[in-house]
Amino acid sequence: MKRSFFSVVVLAMVLAFLYVPILLVVVYGFIPNGISMSFFDSAGRFSGFTGKWYAMIFTGNMRLDALMQSFWLSLAIAGLATLVSCAIGTTAALALHKWKGRLQALHHALVYTPLVMPDILIGISLLMLFVACSVDCGFGTILIAHVTFCVSYVVMTILARLQDFDDRLIEAAYDLGAGPWYTFFHVQLPILLPGIVAGGLLAFTLSIDDVVITSFVNGAGTNTFPTYVSSMTKHSRNLPAVFALSTLMLLFTCALVGLSKLIARGQPQKAKGTK
Amino acid sequence: MSGAASSRKTEWLVTLPSFAWLLVFFAVPALIVLAFTFHGHTANGGVGDWSLSTWRELVDPDYPTIVWKTIRVSFEVTAWCILLALPCAYAIARLPKRWRALVAGAIMLPFWTSFVVRVFAWKTMLHPTGWLQTCYHAYLHFKCWLLALLPGVHAPAAAPGAGNDCLIGMAGCAIDAAKTTILDSEIAVVLVSVYSFLPFAIMPIYTAAEKFDFSLLEAARDLGAKNFYAFRNIFIPGIRQGIVSAVLMVFIPAIGSYVIPQMLGGTECVLIGNKIFMRAMQNRNIPHASALATLMAVSVFVPLGIAMWWRKRQAARDRRRLEVRTAQLMAAGGVS
Repeated sequence: MKRSFFSVVVLAMVLAFLYVPILLVVVYGFIPNGISMSFFDSAGRFSGFTGKWYAMIFTGNMRLDALMQSFWLSLAIAGLATLVSCAIGTTAALALHKWKGRLQALHHALVYTPLVMPDILIGISLLMLFVACSVDCGFGTILIAHVTFCVSYVVMTILARLQDFDDRLIEAAYDLGAGPWYTFFHVQLPILLPGIVAGGLLAFTLSIDDVVITSFVNGAGTNTFPTYVSSMTKHSRNLPAVFALSTLMLLFTCALVGLSKLIARGQPQKAKGTK
Repeated sequence: MSGAASSRKTEWLVTLPSFAWLLVFFAVPALIVLAFTFHGHTANGGVGDWSLSTWRELVDPDYPTIVWKTIRVSFEVTAWCILLALPCAYAIARLPKRWRALVAGAIMLPFWTSFVVRVFAWKTMLHPTGWLQTCYHAYLHFKCWLLALLPGVHAPAAAPGAGNDCLIGMAGCAIDAAKTTILDSEIAVVLVSVYSFLPFAIMPIYTAAEKFDFSLLEAARDLGAKNFYAFRNIFIPGIRQGIVSAVLMVFIPAIGSYVIPQMLGGTECVLIGNKIFMRAMQNRNIPHASALATLMAVSVFVPLGIAMWWRKRQAARDRRRLEVRTAQLMAAGGVS
């Protein structure tokens, strides 16, 4: 098997290109001087690494109050948006999978279009809706917006899972005397659960990462972590704390993924999806 | 009969939550935006009466420039992403099987850090006193020096007023170079956009490349084709579905880009996204923001429509080819 030297070199360079900023996120979290964002003092001497930002995050320093508040708000909104969009998304995927009429064609278009819509258009159109209905922007409007753009991704993930679903299982359950509710909760839902979890994880990451849509509908004073960070100026004194917090989040996600891989390995190999 | 009616009722009940949600929070707002474009704006930031004044005002020299710039930047970003993604996808697809998943995962891993934080890391890196800026200056000075060496060629930036003397040209060029920062320029926006969207380009091309039959390339080489010829004339057509997906995956977010030009583009690189935000949130000119949003939607849906049409045509052609080949085989079947 012949491998092209050139393509491997490009791949290595691209990986470096993708990882340098991540590496710097980690490194910047140890910068002592939050104003100059430099490891060197004014005399040009190396001033060493510091763990003080981590200490501030864990002990709850007042300087970081606004940052931490936005962080917890982001978590709350992402959690709630995930729950709601999973509930709505599951029913939508079931409907799209089961029926194939004109209603579902329209339904599919309605679910699909937000996927190709740039964030900023979803943001501005929601803002227009809230302006037109003179709704005060805040926690509720952010939640609505997040559910709106997460639902489509959840539906698509669950639909992919449903394609491998053997519909005869439902018929078998009916034949054995189970009612529609029982069948749903004891046959279909357990099989769909990995798809719902995958969709939920996607929704969570999208929600916690969103800045554009949120900055349209957050109103004055309500900031999620991304909008707070993007509103920080270059000369904010607490910039290294942002990088330290991001490093913690990165470690947490890595641990979570590692754990899920470990659990998956522990389980007996199930028939893998062919898609 | 009642069974069909109850099934119809169940269908409506199951469809209702998502249908109603997306209708109210996605379709209706989009129509409101469209409706606002046919209104004038009032001085106090409200929406005026029905009129075509907003569309007439879009001819304002500011807007076409911005739309054009957005499309140009998006094209540049897409071109770079595809150019880098092709060899990457090829390299990953040719790795041993257990390595592939690992490297593909490594490509997606940067997404586990907040997007804004990554852009902020770039902003810190590109800072005028940062190391990347130093490298960039060294490169610009080197270019000036090179250009000054060539007789009769002057650095374009130094052309007017700098005279014909090579040395003066070089000095002027060097001064320009010293003033050029990466931050707050189009270069920064393109660079960081490529950084952010590249994984979206690699993934679909890689998925297509994984299904590609690489023995075709070996066959081409056996028949005397050069590496590059085989890559261009056999590999690229073989994965064109993936390329089209990759183009859409990059071009659409690039058109809708807001955060990157906002944080790194300064005043030099203002794109439609920033203008929409400015008009909606700062100038309170809702009709103008709506009209710009409509323009953005058009620039997204036109390429999308073309891609869908192309895909449908491609599928129809493949089907026809299959039918012809089946017919040929069946005809030949009698012989062999």
